[in-house]
Amino acid sequence: MINAVSQLGIRFIDACEHIGHLTLFMFNVLRKMFSPPFRYRAVLKEFYLIGAKSVFVIVLASLTVGLVLGLRLYFEFEQFGVTERLGSVVALSMITEMGPVFTSLLIIGRSGSAMCAEIGIMRSDEQLDALECMAIDPYKFLMVPKFWATLMTVPLLVAIADVVGIFGGYIASVVMFDVASGSYLQSMYGSVGWHDLNIGLVKSIIFALIIVSVSTGKGFILHLDKKGSYGAEGVSRVTTQAVVMASVTILFADYLISAFMV
Amino acid sequence: MHFEMSLMEPDLQLNNTVINVVNLSTHYRDRKILDNINFDVRRGEVMVIMGSSGSGKSTLLRTMLGLTMPTEGEINIMGVDVCNASRNELYKLRRSIGVAFQGGALFGNLSLIENVSLPLLEHTNLDINTVKIMSRMKLDMMNLSGFDSLMPAELSGGMVKRAALARAVIMDPELLFFDEPSAGLDPVVAAELDEYILELKSALDMSIVVITHELESALRIADRITILDKGEVVVCGSVEEVKQSKLEKVQNLLNRRPSREQLSPDEYLDVLTRAQAAKPHRGHIND
Repeated sequence: MINAVSQLGIRFIDACEHIGHLTLFMFNVLRKMFSPPFRYRAVLKEFYLIGAKSVFVIVLASLTVGLVLGLRLYFEFEQFGVTERLGSVVALSMITEMGPVFTSLLIIGRSGSAMCAEIGIMRSDEQLDALECMAIDPYKFLMVPKFWATLMTVPLLVAIADVVGIFGGYIASVVMFDVASGSYLQSMYGSVGWHDLNIGLVKSIIFALIIVSVSTGKGFILHLDKKGSYGAEGVSRVTTQAVVMASVTILFADYLISAFMV
Repeated sequence: MHFEMSLMEPDLQLNNTVINVVNLSTHYRDRKILDNINFDVRRGEVMVIMGSSGSGKSTLLRTMLGLTMPTEGEINIMGVDVCNASRNELYKLRRSIGVAFQGGALFGNLSLIENVSLPLLEHTNLDINTVKIMSRMKLDMMNLSGFDSLMPAELSGGMVKRAALARAVIMDPELLFFDEPSAGLDPVVAAELDEYILELKSALDMSIVVITHELESALRIADRITILDKGEVVVCGSVEEVKQSKLEKVQNLLNRRPSREQLSPDEYLDVLTRAQAAKPHRGHIND
């Protein structure tokens, strides 16, 4: 029993230490984001890898989400004779919840895992040590471009997801179920305000910070992992952990932001 | 502690020393990785740090590079106290040293010439053509001309090591660290690398620290050798001094003898039984 309690205590301390390392890592990068030299080309490259290459999957996923929302809500709203409110509900759901959350989860799976594995392998192969030994700051050289690119990309991708999702809802309700196009659009214009757009924007920026901090941070502190294994096994483990940790943190943060901002 | 060190006149030592390691110890929890290490590296010499696997060579290298902090002790490299230096001071020092890592540590997304020219691009204001010319000169020196555009994944083990060496010397450092130059290479390529190290020493007048467990390579290139065992310096001296050392551990290493006699099956069983009896509450032997 005492052994179990002490094990639990050790795990708790390890978890606190781990979160501390990740937080320090994040603040280190944030501090260096605003000091020269600025690597525009590296940011553009990351922008392409994280953002441009994710557009197709984001469009496909958000179109599906919009279609499903429109389809499900139509049958519910039809019972109460309020199908003209479909545009409002689909748009609000996409802008404040579905858009930021779905987009972030997709980016974690597509780019977050890749960033974590990339940095993890660099740690494991001593490439980060090599940078240090060449007097090149790995935070500035590697992390800052990824942070800038993710922080700029995620809100843009969320905006694309919102528009495509609303369009998906439009197809489901107007094209498939003959809801009047005007009532769909009018209810959307009438109910979506700046406050809702702000919620979406704040969420997308905070989620972007979570994605890039957890993904790159987990790879960066691979060598501090208490389980000790470096190499392929260590990289695969931290990548899995990064995906799970970032996803759960985003869902939790989504609740907190919604609770404070609604 | 068994310890032998060649004596030098203090003044000469002071002027000529590029690395001075004093009472260096590194512990990981209860385990001693390095224990009271003392040695120095003189200007223009090749110092080989040898030892069997797990003797603390890599930890010593990482500590000298300022990548790991020691538990106690001092490391002075070219006048900089590595253990107490600020990040900026360390970066300034690192611009005048080169490091070639065991696995090369080349960046997989950069071509060979991009890898080699990276320090120049980061630390100088030279135009891109001059950087390319200088990088090609170093690649030529390492017999890698014509492979500029290849990616690290397309290079052989020996080419990776030579590329890492080219990158390490691109800034013409005063001091070069080379971790396991011949590990994983066939004897011919390993001998080639040894030649490159000797060329660098004579042509560029570098002080070179080589970490290795390859005896032949060490004897070929070393001016002085430091032998580590279980985190302690067993001997530090010239090649001849090391060869003539009477210490059993040194002779075992030089003659490639296992440090412990092979146990007979009965003796081994006896050891196992005693170990198990010592820990009756556990179902397995941890030793």
